[in-house]
Amino acid sequence: MATTVERRDAAARGATRKGKFSWTPYLFILPHLILFVLFLGYPFFSGLYISLFDYDYLRPEATTFVGLQNYLNLFSPGSSQYRLFWNALGNTVEFVIYSVPFLVVIPLFLAVLLNIKIPGRNIFRAIYFAPWSLSVAVVSVVWWWIFQSQGGLLNYYLLDLGISPPRWLSTLPWAWVAVVVCTLWWTVGFNMIILLAALQDIPNYIYEAAEIDGATGLQSFFRITLPLLRPVLVFIVTTSIIASFNLFGQPFFMTAGGQGIAFDGGPLEPIMLRIYREGFARNYQGSAAAMSFVVAALMIGISYINFRVFRNRD
Amino acid sequence: MATVSSEGRLTEREARLGIRNRRLLQRIVVYALLVLIALIVLMPLIWMLSTSLKPKSQWFSRQIYWIPRTITLENYTRILNNPTVPIGRWFVNSILVGVVATALTLVIDALAAYAYARMEFRGRKLIFALLLSTLFMPGVMFLVPNFLTIFRLGLLNNYAGVILPGLAGVFGVFFLRQFFETIPRELEEAAQIDGASSLQTFTRVVLPLAAPAMATLGIITFLASWNDFLWPLLILKDRALQTLPPGLRTLQGAYTSEYGQMMAGAAIAAVPVLILYIALQRYIVQSVATTGLAGQ
Repeated sequence: MATTVERRDAAARGATRKGKFSWTPYLFILPHLILFVLFLGYPFFSGLYISLFDYDYLRPEATTFVGLQNYLNLFSPGSSQYRLFWNALGNTVEFVIYSVPFLVVIPLFLAVLLNIKIPGRNIFRAIYFAPWSLSVAVVSVVWWWIFQSQGGLLNYYLLDLGISPPRWLSTLPWAWVAVVVCTLWWTVGFNMIILLAALQDIPNYIYEAAEIDGATGLQSFFRITLPLLRPVLVFIVTTSIIASFNLFGQPFFMTAGGQGIAFDGGPLEPIMLRIYREGFARNYQGSAAAMSFVVAALMIGISYINFRVFRNRD
Repeated sequence: MATVSSEGRLTEREARLGIRNRRLLQRIVVYALLVLIALIVLMPLIWMLSTSLKPKSQWFSRQIYWIPRTITLENYTRILNNPTVPIGRWFVNSILVGVVATALTLVIDALAAYAYARMEFRGRKLIFALLLSTLFMPGVMFLVPNFLTIFRLGLLNNYAGVILPGLAGVFGVFFLRQFFETIPRELEEAAQIDGASSLQTFTRVVLPLAAPAMATLGIITFLASWNDFLWPLLILKDRALQTLPPGLRTLQGAYTSEYGQMMAGAAIAAVPVLILYIALQRYIVQSVATTGLAGQ
């Protein structure tokens, strides 16, 4: 009896009640918190710290403090990092500009199409979203084969139509076309799902009222749908910019090999690949960490501006 | 009078027929469009499978055959029997890493999420705000320092080095916490009055109710792990230890223009997730829709 009472008492006091100190909540959060501190908290500071050094993990004895030199290198035209860094950053911005409009407009079109209430639309939704479940490695390798100039599927059909096809994967601007098409195929479904969910949240009576007032379908779309989708569209534009900034695997696989146009100063080298090469091919981890922070600051800045400009304009 | 009313009825019927016809036409156009887009989306996958089943002589033929004229498994057997590209081993590695990462993520995240959702403790708000603040930080910031941490812990070429950093992610905690908050408190209070400990309440009352959310998080985590490329490429240098995505890179290096073998390798990596996707498609779509909207 006494023990039950005691136990009930303990339960009533329990971890959910204010008052007495209890270790229980801390035990619940501890496993995650340890890992969080080790791999998200600590690296934030250690990354900044390392960026102040000339650092190579394979030769720790050669570590030297260089202050802000790794950052200054990125802004002084004479350094070995300068050209490669800005080339890659420029390429990445180029890719963002080429890809993001399509990553918004195509999903919007697909979402509107799938929002028409007809039987079987869930099957189409599932098909359009399917490529998203694949690895960038699979996706890129498959498109690498389709875009091959020798024996590739695309050039076969182009030749059939009497068009002399370009060398897709090694010349510009065709290599960008290939990378953008591959990316669209892979990720368009993701934005489509989010937009479709948002469309389904718009109550039908608004459209009915508009129809009674004599609005055409197109008018309803521009006057009702788009304004109501605005917060979701801002979210999608922002996440798509960030995703495109993270471009890595597609050029890596599609230009096949370490000497392609996606490597070491090539016109298709994205910034993530540059950071990867700086840190793990040249083994300048300090410099790579500095580059990471500059790029991360840029990404955060872009998201912030995007939200500020488009979110609360009303 | 009679003629007027019958005339009226007639035009009404005609109008209804007109609307019906327009609806029908609209449907035909929409279906045609839907099917066309579906074909464009499926084409690369069909082409991958088709090439992977063709003998070398037919990879580059004058005529495109979507269905191979002779179906052969030689591309598969060739790469499966080549010891320099141990794709069978990579497959097992991918499953191992995916399953362990998923199981650990679910346990660790659910425990933490429950505490943040339901328990009162000092520092709760501050710690949770710290967790959330990292949601907006680009992953690239953590690439170099986390690699160095894994190196110092001696976990290069070790599955733990691939799995551990991913477990620090805060998305799962955030996602499950939101779900736990929708469960009525009365259920837990009833259990506690019956003498259940916090852990018992959590495992016997809360977790069974949270099964759909756990399933969703589990699927997303497994897919992310199975498809991850950059991090395992960095951590697992030993060929035999690689997972499938970096393995495909090794395969590409070994079979430069052997497209049949490359497509067989891609198919081995793609088909299991596609099956998983088809089976669990509704949950996956649901999870993307809810997390996407929550993220605004």
